[in-house]
Amino acid sequence: MTTAVPDTPAFDHEFETQDLMINMGPQHPSTHGVFRMVLTIDGELVTDVTPHIGYMHRGAEKLCETMDYRQGIGYMDRTEYLANFNAELSYVMAVEQLAELEAPERAQWVRMILCELNRLSSHFMFLGAFGTDVGVFGTAFTYAFREREFIQDLFEEVAGDRLMFAYFRAGGLAWEVPGNFEARVRETLELSRRGIKDLDGLMTQNEIFRARTEGVGHLSAEDALDWGASGPTLRASGVPMDIRKDEPYLFYDQVEFDVITGEHGDVFDRFQCRVNEMWQSIRIIEQCLERLEPGPIVPDRLPRMLRTPPGEVYCRTEAPRGEYGIYLVSKGGNRPHRLKIRSACLSNLQALRDMTIGGYVADAVVVLGSLDIVLCEVDR
Amino acid sequence: MNTELFGFPTVNVWVDAIIRLHLIVGLMTVVVMGLIYIERKIIARFQMRLGPTRTGPLGLLQSLADALKLLGKEDLRPRNADPLIFEFAVYFVFVPVFMAFVAIPFAFDWNVRVLELGLFYVIAISSVNVVGWVMAGWSSDNRYAMIGALRAAAQGISYEVPLILAVLAVAMVAGSLNLNEITGQQGHIPYIVWQPLAFAIFYVAMLAELNRSPFDIPIGESEVVGGPFIEYSGIRWSMFFLAEYAGLFILCLLASAVFLGGWAWPLGEDAGVLWQVALTSAKTGLLIFSVFWVRVTVPRMRIDQLMGFSWKVLMPLSFALILANGLILVYEWPDVFLLIPNVLGLVLLYVVVEHGVTRRRPRRLARPALEAEAAS
Repeated sequence: MTTAVPDTPAFDHEFETQDLMINMGPQHPSTHGVFRMVLTIDGELVTDVTPHIGYMHRGAEKLCETMDYRQGIGYMDRTEYLANFNAELSYVMAVEQLAELEAPERAQWVRMILCELNRLSSHFMFLGAFGTDVGVFGTAFTYAFREREFIQDLFEEVAGDRLMFAYFRAGGLAWEVPGNFEARVRETLELSRRGIKDLDGLMTQNEIFRARTEGVGHLSAEDALDWGASGPTLRASGVPMDIRKDEPYLFYDQVEFDVITGEHGDVFDRFQCRVNEMWQSIRIIEQCLERLEPGPIVPDRLPRMLRTPPGEVYCRTEAPRGEYGIYLVSKGGNRPHRLKIRSACLSNLQALRDMTIGGYVADAVVVLGSLDIVLCEVDR
Repeated sequence: MNTELFGFPTVNVWVDAIIRLHLIVGLMTVVVMGLIYIERKIIARFQMRLGPTRTGPLGLLQSLADALKLLGKEDLRPRNADPLIFEFAVYFVFVPVFMAFVAIPFAFDWNVRVLELGLFYVIAISSVNVVGWVMAGWSSDNRYAMIGALRAAAQGISYEVPLILAVLAVAMVAGSLNLNEITGQQGHIPYIVWQPLAFAIFYVAMLAELNRSPFDIPIGESEVVGGPFIEYSGIRWSMFFLAEYAGLFILCLLASAVFLGGWAWPLGEDAGVLWQVALTSAKTGLLIFSVFWVRVTVPRMRIDQLMGFSWKVLMPLSFALILANGLILVYEWPDVFLLIPNVLGLVLLYVVVEHGVTRRRPRRLARPALEAEAAS
């Protein structure tokens, strides 16, 4: 077969190079689920990124509109499966605000303990997965999961389930915590301390780890605010925004803790922020345990079937990944008219493109890991 | 032409060579399967797991079971792959590693052939496999494989140079390229004492040559998902795997012979053959263990850091070392002088690794303005 040769003299121009497009995901070990990004690369440098989301879309918001308020709690577990208690809390508090209920004091303290413990377990998961992204051959993962498992055991004792707790109720808790709850929490905290120290030693002190993460994936504070980032991703860029401090819910105004911020807004700061946040969580839980007193866990007069007056409410809490908000519209009756989840991961993920372009392919993996996304929450 | 084989005289030289080569290949396969089992067990210990336990006592038969499983798997080839190159790539990785064993001494006069240029031969032949990597990556018609292959080529060539120069430094002091002779000279003091910097350079370059963590960039699981071997399956993939561990074994053997005194130190030529083999195995085992240890502890480096480390740090250091060695040997200064450039170089290496890795971190952010904005 002969083809027409163009009429240009050979080699009068420089070699033309073409950017290569590689498809990372949806089945790729380091995209944390079914995220897909199409990388355009020039050698090892990333020149463009196109993120694709939606593989996990299950219509959780719409489904919540077809079931009553109590049934919706289970769906919150399924959207944010690494910080279930925090997700449940947002939903339950939104319903409470709408129905003008207030949970008794003991229920609120228990909620706080469980939410902070869940922050610990979620961040442990991050440390492990991030270690794998950076290339520690599974050691960070097993170290992180050892401690996460103890927390998970505790959750199982409390809620009866390891993953889908559905333990919070509008108005309080589903049932009383086990009798040895306080002792078990203290025991778990002790183990968590050991775990954080171990992981910190394995990663933070490592010269290669620092070389891989420092100065990589820079996100300036202005950009972070513009993208609507929240949680550790925003705080690592130097913005001290923490809903627990800014608009205290539960009893966060009665406990002492610091808002951790980074200085550089790079991957290492995001990592460091999370590690330091874990220490703060332990501090919060210890204060909560001292304040925990026997008492009722649901209000005296809680209707069997919860009905809300017409109205709308937006309730947000500080989940491990950032601002987890529930927007709820009611037209009366026992189910929401419209429910919208404000996902922290989705907003954080939008900043990915800015952070990845100009870096190396290996950096793209690390930057994505540092955002700590849960795809179920992104796609809902 | 007749020769002597393990004390039995008058064996034809070709028969002798074939028997020895078969012994080597058989030994290697068993050793590699053992290595895989041991690595899995050791890494499991590091990671608070148990490792294989189910297949046979203590999971000892796990490697065998894996090998059988891989043999039974379909030998897949992507439709758009280049069939010839795709299938021959395996041999380019597999054969050189085994060929390198010809010159390695396990005990005094215990090798397939004593080669006058043994050291040169081992280094040369064990770097042929980069060709196989590139062939595998190119022919697979997969972009991850292609990236992995190019990374392997860049890395293999970059680290080949410091590896050779480090060994050369020892060869200069020894005055020979014959591995048996180099090892034999270390009866009292191994060369690691005289050339610690060369050993450090060799160890780092060895990790990179073997694509072992922290230099496992070509096969980086979390980036290019296995690199050049991404499309291989079944027996072909297992041959790559075998070659990888055989390569680890051979370079560790080489390091133990050149730097740690192989069969010679501390017992010398007069010790029994079994003692010498035990010594070689122990030193090699120690090195292999350290490679596993490094693997589970450190993260992966990035390709630019990797290349920079080779060309900007290891290469000048090894050239300087050779220059210094040459001066000392030519002017016949006392042996102790050999230590001066080595110690200086080691200190320099430490300083560079600890402080010299330049990282450009973004500027400090303007705090007060942001706080005001966040508050508003």
